[in-house]
Amino acid sequence: MEITSPSFKKNVHKALRDEQLQQAMRHVRSNFIQKRAAAADALPEFEALRDNARDIKNHVLENLDLYLERFESKVTENGGHVHWAATASDARGMVLDICRRVNAKSVTKGKSMISEEMELNGFLEKYGITPVETDLGEYIIQLRGEHPSHIIAPSVHVTMNQVRDDFRKAHTHLPKDRPMDEPESLLKEARAILRQKFMEADVGITGANFLIAETGTSIIVTNEGNGDLTQSLPRVHIVLASLEKVVPTLEDMSQIMRVLARSATGQEMSVYTTLSTGPRRASDPDGPDEYHVILLDNGRSNMLGTEFQDMLRCIRCGACLNHCPVYHAIGGHAYGWVYPGPMGSVLSPALAGIEKTANLPNASTFCGRCEEVCPMRIPLPKMLRHWREKEFEKHLTPPAQRRNLKLWAWFAKRPGLYRTGSRVAMRMLSLMGGSKKRLRKLPFAGAWTEDRDLPAPEGGSFVSQWNAGRRT
Amino acid sequence: METGYDTSPRRVGLFVTCLVDLFRPTVGFAAARLLEEAGCEVYVPVSQTCCGQPAYNSGDRADTAEIAKQVIEAFEEFDYIVAPSGSCAGMLKKHYPELFEGDPKWSARVEAFSAKVHELVSFLTDIRGVERVNAKLDAVVTYHDSCSGLRELGVKDQPRKLLASVEGVTIKEMKDPNVCCGFGGTFAVKYTEVSNAIVSAKTSDIKSSGAELLLAGDMGCLMNMAGKLRREKSSVEVRHIAEVLAGMTSAPPIGGKGDR
Ligand code: SF4
Repeated sequence: MEITSPSFKKNVHKALRDEQLQQAMRHVRSNFIQKRAAAADALPEFEALRDNARDIKNHVLENLDLYLERFESKVTENGGHVHWAATASDARGMVLDICRRVNAKSVTKGKSMISEEMELNGFLEKYGITPVETDLGEYIIQLRGEHPSHIIAPSVHVTMNQVRDDFRKAHTHLPKDRPMDEPESLLKEARAILRQKFMEADVGITGANFLIAETGTSIIVTNEGNGDLTQSLPRVHIVLASLEKVVPTLEDMSQIMRVLARSATGQEMSVYTTLSTGPRRASDPDGPDEYHVILLDNGRSNMLGTEFQDMLRCIRCGACLNHCPVYHAIGGHAYGWVYPGPMGSVLSPALAGIEKTANLPNASTFCGRCEEVCPMRIPLPKMLRHWREKEFEKHLTPPAQRRNLKLWAWFAKRPGLYRTGSRVAMRMLSLMGGSKKRLRKLPFAGAWTEDRDLPAPEGGSFVSQWNAGRRT
Repeated sequence: METGYDTSPRRVGLFVTCLVDLFRPTVGFAAARLLEEAGCEVYVPVSQTCCGQPAYNSGDRADTAEIAKQVIEAFEEFDYIVAPSGSCAGMLKKHYPELFEGDPKWSARVEAFSAKVHELVSFLTDIRGVERVNAKLDAVVTYHDSCSGLRELGVKDQPRKLLASVEGVTIKEMKDPNVCCGFGGTFAVKYTEVSNAIVSAKTSDIKSSGAELLLAGDMGCLMNMAGKLRREKSSVEVRHIAEVLAGMTSAPPIGGKGDR
């Protein structure tokens, strides 16, 4: 997808005026937060589980090569294939090769953010292969020609009314006057259409929430069961996963699972947890003939051993998005690349380059709510600040801003001059504030006074007055 | 502290913060009064300017470290360092040590300094064991939890407890008092539109609370919310919590009086 993060401010301007989007986002603000809080409160050991989950993933990241190799050899032992993709374009090529070899016309897909990172759908279409998204949210945005605006709820920006219109437009073979008022009727309609697609598909592509090194298993968690049909009906199953999804054992996975759904949707467990271990064996009643895992790096191994390594603990639960005031205000698309919200503002610069994503780490108030809820205890604000440091080092900070900052710092380091300078400035502001004690407009603070007044200084500095003997 | 609170006379360095120093001296006087009432001797070093957050959060570590050294040098002689701001106290307490990680010359020194730093209200209750204040104000108030104070320093129940002891005060909680007001330092001017959307949601919650006075413990957030409330012609007035706790409410509110 085209990266629009450089025009972040423009995206924001548009998003704030999009009534449908704003209506949809109000729902996020109330819904997810309550559910997560209730789930966390209901489990006395929740905080300890978070520590444990963090430690498991930290151990993996320290020994990533070891666990990936073990995973690969297990998959091979089970009769499957592991493909190592350094870049998104390598990974696309691998998918295409497999599809072509088996003469695939139609591909069903479970939800996968890696597929978004690979821009897989457009690529397959170019080669005459039809991708069909089978997760309801993904199906909706595929109809709309959009990208996910949330990592677990891809169509969270779309209202029910919009879905109804989209279905009317797309499903022209159905009677025009069919009842579509209830969400259930829309769900049924999508199900019936997808059922047909499941049967026709030659290849099924899924993501992976976990890869298990000890067994060579890939695991997806879903609420719709679409993933099961996607991977078990077609002849070929391709798993798209990034490197850091591996964990040592099934036990480790089940530990992390205890924080995943609770943090994401407030469920104790997602409805379906599907384990795939290799292709169909002789004794299996069904399953694919071929099982492939494409392991995507795409910049992640460069994060190892850096101040951004902690980000690789992320399990894509979406809690940081759900609790972010910026995300609530602008929705996911304004961020301008695959991953929105706090996790995206840390990850996107690493994968897509800080030059193009320079806005993202800066567009945060550092309120810290993301870190407060992140099940993997990723210090998101700290890493956003690290990106700002990189920008400052590389002189990517806008020049005017840099000049102002430097000027301010110069004064802040010289208390005597600082006192004199600020005395003059504050006296001026105080006078300008008048009896109302506020300024409605200020030439050099236009960004502030555009939307709010500037409270005027009371007059005089505290430090000077105190040291002159004043006490009230 | 197994023995409970530290009630001995102590020398406290008041780090008043740049915004209080320049915009709202009343908060400084209120903080000093509260500290003195809690048995502390208050010192205000003239060489204080700012804690360095504008530089730190803009990625300028070098300037931040120089400013930090200056603050440490000016304040390390005191038994405690107290700031009427969760955000600046958080900077001194939590982030200064990060700045000097692995620096053999400074790391021990900064650790010793940071261990003595506290946010004003939580210092009064948690360290000095203050249970109530001698103040009076007939007002229905609502309290906003500023982010750094809440999440970095655990300031949440302390201000509510002391407020409840002010004669005449009724507390009415707003919806989501723990949600950011959209200030974020330079964020408010770099991404004005987002900041405005966030503060608008906040003022709407404040106005629905039914309170007539908004309180918080951080000048940055207060100026942001006051600026928005005044622009919206709301009747809700705004003060720093220290003013109310110290009974120093004769100065006009932050941003002036509310519209009636
Ligand atoms: S950063 Fe943390 S909260 Fe955000 S998606 Fe990843 S695991 Fe979840």
